[in-house]
Amino acid sequence: MSVHQNEELVFSAPKLMADKPTHYCPGCHHGTAHRLVAEVLEEMNLPEETICIGSIGCSVFIYNYMGLDAVEAPHGRAPAVATGVKRSRPDRIVFTYQGDGDLASIGLAEIMHAANRGERITIIFVNNTVYGMTGGQMAPTTLIGQKTTTTPGGRTLESEGAPMKMAEIIATLGGCAYSTRVALDTVPNIRKAKKAIRHAFEVQRKELGLSFVEILATCPTNWRMDAVTANKRLTEEMIPAFPLGVFVDAVAEAKEGA
Amino acid sequence: MSEIKLLTGNEAVVHGALAAGCRCYFGYPITPQNAIPELMSQLLPAAGGQFVQAESEVASANMLLGAAATGTRAMTSSSSPGISLKQEAISYMAASHLPGVIVNMNRGGPGLGDIGSSQGDYFQSTRGGGHGDYRTLVLAPASCQEAYDMMIQAFDLAFKYRNPVLVLGDAIVAQMKEPVKMWKPEPVSSDEAAEWRLEGAAGRESRVIMSLYLAEGALAQQNRNLVAKYEAMRAEVGAETYETADADLIVVAYGSIGRIAKSSVRRLREQGHKVGLVRPLTLYPYPDKMLENLAAQGKKFITIEHNTGQMVEDVRLAVRRYTDSSFFGYMPGNMPASEDFMEPILKALE
Ligand SMILES: Cc1ncc(C[n+]2csc(CCOP(=O)(O)OP(=O)(O)O)c2C)c(N)n1
Repeated sequence: MSVHQNEELVFSAPKLMADKPTHYCPGCHHGTAHRLVAEVLEEMNLPEETICIGSIGCSVFIYNYMGLDAVEAPHGRAPAVATGVKRSRPDRIVFTYQGDGDLASIGLAEIMHAANRGERITIIFVNNTVYGMTGGQMAPTTLIGQKTTTTPGGRTLESEGAPMKMAEIIATLGGCAYSTRVALDTVPNIRKAKKAIRHAFEVQRKELGLSFVEILATCPTNWRMDAVTANKRLTEEMIPAFPLGVFVDAVAEAKEGA
Repeated sequence: MSEIKLLTGNEAVVHGALAAGCRCYFGYPITPQNAIPELMSQLLPAAGGQFVQAESEVASANMLLGAAATGTRAMTSSSSPGISLKQEAISYMAASHLPGVIVNMNRGGPGLGDIGSSQGDYFQSTRGGGHGDYRTLVLAPASCQEAYDMMIQAFDLAFKYRNPVLVLGDAIVAQMKEPVKMWKPEPVSSDEAAEWRLEGAAGRESRVIMSLYLAEGALAQQNRNLVAKYEAMRAEVGAETYETADADLIVVAYGSIGRIAKSSVRRLREQGHKVGLVRPLTLYPYPDKMLENLAAQGKKFITIEHNTGQMVEDVRLAVRRYTDSSFFGYMPGNMPASEDFMEPILKALE
């Protein structure tokens, strides 16, 4: 983008983001979430000391969009891989980027124990209530009544159990220094999400423990909706089921205590 | 001068790893290798390294993958059921060209099996072990000294080939105690992984370590590259030979069983029988050329294993142009003695 004479550039894309279209479907929030992470890392001047742990899901190609050193973890294992990276390079910033099938189902043990050990890592957790990449099967976060390709009649409490509230669960673990849930449905919420991501990396930089940001996101394709309707569903159905908020924050607690 | 200490095989693994410059250990308890994480938890942090008792073998192997991605010398250890769980990460590491050392103190299986010695994991160790078309280097110690030496060799090979290396011991090697010469290799260069390790993309293009190859022809090329690497690894093949020159019959056995079989061969030699021994030190790459050359001289073969017949397939493949190999399998549940192998060897000699 060129800036003309007498024009002042007040806003631009983060340099860290590759200047190319993503493979994400129209209306999918992964691209927005990537960009927020990139903006925060850039604003904090961290890209050159950051190692990204990719996961298995629609975001597997995250390394194609962010110019970061990155390693691809097996499905669900990103927090274990991140543990190995951080333990061998404690001087680096390490984050995982994981979907809800990846983190809350197959990778539940790895995230719980990484949080409990208080690994100095940041988790970006994108909850879109389905397995996106494999075609819209039920995830641990699928809402009661939600139809997916493996709950054709809708998820029921009796058969599949209740959606898992990961941000609340992770907040209960001893080593978790920050756990929050944000959403990408509106501009104010996107701004709050960015603040949360920034806070999460600050917590890591202060070596306080694990920081966890759950991001409520859309998956229009697998929800069988257009982008606008999907956004509306996020506001009207997901947020009531997954309340936004901060569930633990060691920084705020330290301030209160002071 | 190197210090000589009385060590179990498990302890020798730890000291060998530390001598090799191991900086991170990730493990999970399982008999008969518990002494490895226990001793590591004492010695590694004291040496400035990181010890993590993981939540599972799945996690510990993936932690190894992460440490490997930063170019750090790191390891994990377990015994058979735990090694099954590590296979996910081992496959990803092989695919991602990541170095790491995995120790398996083989116990009886399948399933929970028992906690005694066994060689039931030969196939799993030498055929990749997890999903996909890959191999790991496999070293098979028969003594506590070899456990120490092979840990140093394993780290060097892992970084030389950027590939996982398996050290395959068993419950015997793990728990017996012998004097070990604790020699120190040259210190590891801090740049040994400088060309590929992840450390943050400062002043250079970013690097990606991954195993997904979706583009047309990309996976085919990747797998051809892996095969070329495995071909190059053939240079590392190793075996101990004993009294093979004039032998009519060659006993092929590895690890602690190879050592016991050597005693059997020695005793039969004393009785005037022309028998010899080949004990592979590397199970992958396999010393097939050596066996083929011996077969070309008209020698007969017997393979002795602590299982129902796994390595014998590699022996048969090696000698197939000239002869076959008979087989004696010592069942798990007990430790064999040299007498146990003498009758089967004499029978094969007939
Ligand atoms: C061990 C293993 N099991 C299953 C799969 C198949 N798989 C690929 S992505 C995926 C689910 C991803 O869903 P989610 O984590 O919710 O991320 P999204 O695609 O929705 O962003 C699954 C099950 C796999 N790659 N590996």
